[in-house]
Amino acid sequence: MCKLQRPSNLPARGFGVTVFLCKRKYRVIKGIISPVNDAYRKKGLISAHHRVIMAELATKNSQWLEVDTWESLQKEWTETATVLRHHQEKLEAGRHDAPQDSPVLERPGRKRKRAEQRQDFSQKKSVEKKTAGVPKVKLLCGADLLESFSVPNLWKGEDVAQILGHYGLVCITRTGNDAQKFIYESDLLWQHQDNIHLVHEWITNDISSTKIRQALRRGQSIRYLVPDLVLEYIEKHQLYSSESEERNAGVTLAPLRKNTAQLSL
Amino acid sequence: MKSRIPVVLLACGSFNPITNMHLRLFEVARDHLHQTGIYQVVRGIISPVNDKYWKKDLVAAKHRVAMVRLALQTSDWVRVDPWESEQDQWVETVKVLRYHHSTLLRSLPSAEGSDPGQALPVAPAVVPELKLLCGADVLRTFLSPQLWKDKHVQEIVERFGLVCVSRAGHDPQRDIEASPILRRFQRNIHLAREPVLNEVSATAVRQALRQGHSVQYLLPDPVLAYIREQGLYLGPPGSP
Repeated sequence: MCKLQRPSNLPARGFGVTVFLCKRKYRVIKGIISPVNDAYRKKGLISAHHRVIMAELATKNSQWLEVDTWESLQKEWTETATVLRHHQEKLEAGRHDAPQDSPVLERPGRKRKRAEQRQDFSQKKSVEKKTAGVPKVKLLCGADLLESFSVPNLWKGEDVAQILGHYGLVCITRTGNDAQKFIYESDLLWQHQDNIHLVHEWITNDISSTKIRQALRRGQSIRYLVPDLVLEYIEKHQLYSSESEERNAGVTLAPLRKNTAQLSL
Repeated sequence: MKSRIPVVLLACGSFNPITNMHLRLFEVARDHLHQTGIYQVVRGIISPVNDKYWKKDLVAAKHRVAMVRLALQTSDWVRVDPWESEQDQWVETVKVLRYHHSTLLRSLPSAEGSDPGQALPVAPAVVPELKLLCGADVLRTFLSPQLWKDKHVQEIVERFGLVCVSRAGHDPQRDIEASPILRRFQRNIHLAREPVLNEVSATAVRQALRQGHSVQYLLPDPVLAYIREQGLYLGPPGSP
């Protein structure tokens, strides 16, 4: 749910939406796709090795999207907040000598359905500089991730607070109303609403990885739903089948296992 | 083993610009027809409409044809045909069908005179069935007398056949029921369903481009590159 990464549903269907953030303007400089670790144990999850390669194939020609393997290479499943922290620290370490300019954003993508692009070179030069020159990492997601915050034991309280309070969320939704309603009905989300940027996707494009895998099992074409390179890779390696869909069947999802174990200590 | 009926799918439309949704129509239609066990889709044709259709925002046919060609570069069974766009006038869909049908007939190997000494007649080559491929929204327009002549609708469904691709939320069966002509020939109307919700309309793409929004991943990369190079779809609505 929160960290699932199926490269086949990735930027292949992304499109840019201009982000209007009330009084602040951002410049997105990079998008990071971080495929989840195999130890997440989600049903149907195939090896990270393949998922990383597919993500790389999908973003091959992109000027600003990249795939990061740190998360998938860890010895065990890693919480989202930790991954965000890793990327934020990496950015800060790399920008010691970078020129000071207006606040910029980087977005590690979680369950990335779409990429976001916002270029605002022409407008306001005097932007509020909260942390001048240091890019800020934000979590990019769909409305389902927002709603997953309320699933018991899926998230650690302090992690959610960190993600919402410290990093921030960019949430792409088809029906802005549902997401807004959800924020309204949650004290935690309401408290951090300034750090949750809702982006309305005007061109509805509901290509879920689940449907892609289902189509593959049924021998139906997925051409033009995923990039050609990804399609070729899937066919060459015969990646998805009824067998692969049964992987991790009956196994508890890593965060659930981890969080309930800690509860029972 | 009973051999399948070969089918050629023809899609008419503005393709202004061509998007992944248009390309999906062919994939979904092919899967559907193959699933019936009766048909074998052998070819797909995209026929962009003539400039003299005078539709709002229509960019020049040469661009629209070029973009379709770029989009089909990697396809081994669908190709673009500029005949319709090259005519002096706008061409009614039924005439485009007739043209492509006679082209198909002419391209078949001749069965006559192959062996004068042969006692038994040679079986004629199987003529592929040419079918019109469209989305559910186009099927709905068949009910509109301003847009289609009844006799043309009849010829399309009776003589050629229709493959209509729809998605969840659409009910093309209702439209068929609402038209006596469509109802009468509904055995020639194949309804295929696209399981993925996909509202990538060319209109929405043009609007996004005008507003400077990204449409990457909604249409093939080469088409997007062409649009940028040629500076298409940048002006205010109403200008090409």
